[in-house]
Amino acid sequence: MTFASFVIQLLNGLAAASSLFLVSAGLSLIFGVTRIVNFAHGSLYMLGLYGAYSLIEALGRTPLGFWSAVVLAALAVGLAGVVIEVVVLRRIYRSPELFQLLATFAIVLVIKDVALAAWGPEDLVGPRAPGLSFPIEILGRGIPAYDLMLIVVGPVVLALMWLLLARTRWGALVRAATQDREMVGALGVDQARLFTSVFFVGAALAGLGGALQIPREPATLDLDLSVIADAFVVTVVGGLGSLGGAFLAAVLIGVAKAFCIGFGFSKLTLVVEFVIMGVVLVLRPYGLLGKAPATPRAIGETPPPLGPPRRWPVAAWLVLFALVPLVGDRYVTVLLTDIVCFALFAVSLHFIMGPAGMVSFGHAAYFGLGAYAGALLFKKAGLPMELALVLAPFVAGLFAVVYGWFCVRLSGVYLAMLTLAFAQISWSIVFQWDELTAGSNGLVGVWPSAWLSGKPAYYWMALALCGIGIAILWRALFSPFGYVLRAGRDSPLRAEAIGIDLRAYQWAAFVLAGTMAGLAGSIFAFSKGSIAPSSVSIAQSTDGLVMVLLGGVETLTGPVVGAAIFTWLRDLLARETDFWRAALGLMILLIVVVFPQGLVGGLAALYARWRPA
Amino acid sequence: MTAVLQVDGLHKAFGGVRAVEDVAFAVSAGELLALIGPNGAGKSTCFNMLNGQLEPDSGVVELEGRDITGMSPRAIWRLGVGRTFQITATFASLSVRENVQMALYSHAGKLRSLLSRFGTALRTEADALLDQVGMLDQADRPCGVLAYGDLKRVELAMALANQPRLLLMDEPTAGMAPRERVALMELAARLARAQKIAVLFTEHDMDVVFSQADRIVVLDRGRVIAGGLPAEVRANPDVQAVYLGSGH
Amino acid sequence: MLRVTDLHAFYGLAHILHGVSLEAKAGEVVALLGRNGAGKSTAIKAIMGLVPPARGEVTFAGARIDRLPPYRIARLGLGYVPEERRIFTELSVMENLEVGRQPARQGAPTWDEDKLFKLFPNLGRMRERPGGRMSGGEQQMLTIARTLMGNPKCVLLDEPSEGLAPIIVQEMAHSIRALKREGLSVLLCEQNLRFCEAIADRAYIIEKGQIRFGGTMAELAANTSLREQYLSV
Repeated sequence: MTFASFVIQLLNGLAAASSLFLVSAGLSLIFGVTRIVNFAHGSLYMLGLYGAYSLIEALGRTPLGFWSAVVLAALAVGLAGVVIEVVVLRRIYRSPELFQLLATFAIVLVIKDVALAAWGPEDLVGPRAPGLSFPIEILGRGIPAYDLMLIVVGPVVLALMWLLLARTRWGALVRAATQDREMVGALGVDQARLFTSVFFVGAALAGLGGALQIPREPATLDLDLSVIADAFVVTVVGGLGSLGGAFLAAVLIGVAKAFCIGFGFSKLTLVVEFVIMGVVLVLRPYGLLGKAPATPRAIGETPPPLGPPRRWPVAAWLVLFALVPLVGDRYVTVLLTDIVCFALFAVSLHFIMGPAGMVSFGHAAYFGLGAYAGALLFKKAGLPMELALVLAPFVAGLFAVVYGWFCVRLSGVYLAMLTLAFAQISWSIVFQWDELTAGSNGLVGVWPSAWLSGKPAYYWMALALCGIGIAILWRALFSPFGYVLRAGRDSPLRAEAIGIDLRAYQWAAFVLAGTMAGLAGSIFAFSKGSIAPSSVSIAQSTDGLVMVLLGGVETLTGPVVGAAIFTWLRDLLARETDFWRAALGLMILLIVVVFPQGLVGGLAALYARWRPA
Repeated sequence: MTAVLQVDGLHKAFGGVRAVEDVAFAVSAGELLALIGPNGAGKSTCFNMLNGQLEPDSGVVELEGRDITGMSPRAIWRLGVGRTFQITATFASLSVRENVQMALYSHAGKLRSLLSRFGTALRTEADALLDQVGMLDQADRPCGVLAYGDLKRVELAMALANQPRLLLMDEPTAGMAPRERVALMELAARLARAQKIAVLFTEHDMDVVFSQADRIVVLDRGRVIAGGLPAEVRANPDVQAVYLGSGH
Repeated sequence: MLRVTDLHAFYGLAHILHGVSLEAKAGEVVALLGRNGAGKSTAIKAIMGLVPPARGEVTFAGARIDRLPPYRIARLGLGYVPEERRIFTELSVMENLEVGRQPARQGAPTWDEDKLFKLFPNLGRMRERPGGRMSGGEQQMLTIARTLMGNPKCVLLDEPSEGLAPIIVQEMAHSIRALKREGLSVLLCEQNLRFCEAIADRAYIIEKGQIRFGGTMAELAANTSLREQYLSV
């Protein structure tokens, strides 16, 4: 490596870091004040990019047109943030954290389809920056002047944000609300307006981050989730709520990635991100400049006690389910096979997020890796289908061993963000490793052995295996192991104080849940005969979250019911409309806004109101 | 009489501010030692260095002659230390009995099982402990719905499940009514004396302190400014000036 | 000044207040006494709008406030000093005061930093210190100062003496008497009877969400069985 190429890659990395910093700063700011992890922040970035593209087309490819377009796009995205805050989020500030997440994810779905409708599915390549497209020679190599300008933008925005937060009344209010928003309200500050203004600033930062990238990357519909995953990594590495930390982390990751790409190891970028995150989390669990989160001051509603399942009703349902293929048609049997796979998937997610209190945004990693492991063991390793099917979950479990080791070091939103980042990394591996996974095409010809080739036969096998999986998870919940998990969720402090190595138990729970999700994935793969990267995607992870939350995270059978309803509903919508994502998103929003306490909580509140006093 | 807990030359600073400076004291079996002082005097910091939550900058903490400085809360429990918290920490979704059983299972090393049913073993032992603290009649209620004073009792039962040599109680009566306060500390004192447990507690209620403590150590700005029998401490002019005021 | 009539409130699904009625007149210091869990704190929070009242009426300075959000109530001149202090630990003393700042209002004493530093000289010596680096007593003073920056007509104090060293409690009583001299009305909830005897004009006793006694401090002092029954002293 020559000194010149070193400098060039460094500059490349710094230019990429600016946008990453802008998105992460916005995400961090919004989370600090509203306590909402805005899943839709990547979508806002994407809107900024699309918006800038269209505005430049409208205003002309002149320096004035370009820069007006960038600024207008950022402001427009800021306004979109205001609309989101006023129309949706303001209604659910008192809802459980998970419902807020669900709402912001629903917004992701809606924005994706809005962008699809407005700009179409093709990638849009923007113009180079007028007036700044000439190269500047540095050490004998040309670097676009625009990139050098971008390098300056990051620190300038950091300085402006710092001044705004440290030197103005608005800044004092924002920092105060970050710690105790209820108290700020009781001192006469209109929280709603403060939150709206914070959303405007945070969204505009994301929009600006996107708009500034228009000369460097095309506008595509996958940006929303890939950007949010990157932003989560930056936030976790930098420390939630720390602007300086976000900047440092963005630079670190941006530069590291640039070096990988610059030296022809573009596939290493993910590994590098992973390694940086791992090292930082081990050395500084709350990020480079982050602090341990203060104990939340609201008196947490304690989850109700969980009762073990009653045997007879469960057995009756099982028999009923087993009988369906005898009377139903092929379509029903296929749908039911999907449902039992997703039921096990949802129950395994519920296992860690309900009783163990570890919310995962990335549970599809294990489902998808299980599916791919099954397909690869069968196709590439040449194992018999039965053996591949049964071994695959353990491959998923191995990944859970590695990912889980990092994840259990964190808790709350940090943990959730990290799980999402791991899922995104898994997706990228699957997506990029063409030779092994056939990339975006996926693997085909993953068919079961002859004795299972009939739809009813495969369904019965799926029902039996998933039933066993669910039984193991439920049984574990009522064992001493399961009680330790619940105890650790209720009070980690007390668990440590009575001699429990909580982290070890949580790690084991992670691995168990990951293995079971892998089993569900492997059964799913052979039922379809093919497997695509979407099975590892964030969308798949959030499907799981929706299933669990729909059914009720505080009940045992809820996830099963949720999986059934959701799978059926999605199937129905997908056959009716191309914009099924938006339809699903709007439906989730409706549920969240109408039942802000969750379905179970909402019904309980209704009951309490009508109960004779 | 040898000390169960022996603390020597304890120091801790946070970002240049010295929170605890050269603190030393000892507690013997069956003795109740109260640690008092104004808010911010370093009581909590001191406490957290004994229970493993914080690592001291320097100094030694010994449990029955064994150096436990800097050990994790987990390891300290295993050596026979029980704790109650200033803001109660119990497992809210588990029943009172299950809470105590968790502590008993942990003490017996029986928590690792994945397929056996929790709660079938150690039930009589849990009920005996609950009986001691007067909570047996509420054994089946979840901790999340208990009154504050009752949670403090559950915490005491959980601490006793470890058959502790030392009991650390951080503001055990905070947030309780005056009469309940004295009753709870009387209970703790009775059990501690009967089972020869050493007790260290911090407390703001002077009625509780002067009626239950065998000895008192007073902290101010991180330093020990007085120590001795309750009557001596009460009469100490320094203590009156920084802490007790003219009312006592 | 402040009148509460038949107030009901829930905490989650638990019915905590069962028809509380009480009153604080202009310039009066009124204590709401009761055991832990009796509903004192919930009553204060319900008046402030932090726990939405389910039924009943709260009027303050002639205006209905029982359906208003907390910030609107605060802007009418009702100040709230929470239990456990709740200062902004990352903000300096001056910034904490800034968050509390509201425009001057008619019929209420006007406060600024200089006037507050005369009342709490300690705070004046640590203007740039972050709230998290202050002692408990200093934090308690800052909480009150922060609320006074809103120029309130009446202040609600939630357990001001809880968890404080005896000597700080004495200082606290001193400052509350100073507020009364300025013409402020004060409603405080407390468990500490001795503390209330030093500062209050009148007292109510609350038990299981209902008012069981209302009268002057002298009447309360004379009634031993009442104190025995509800305050366990």
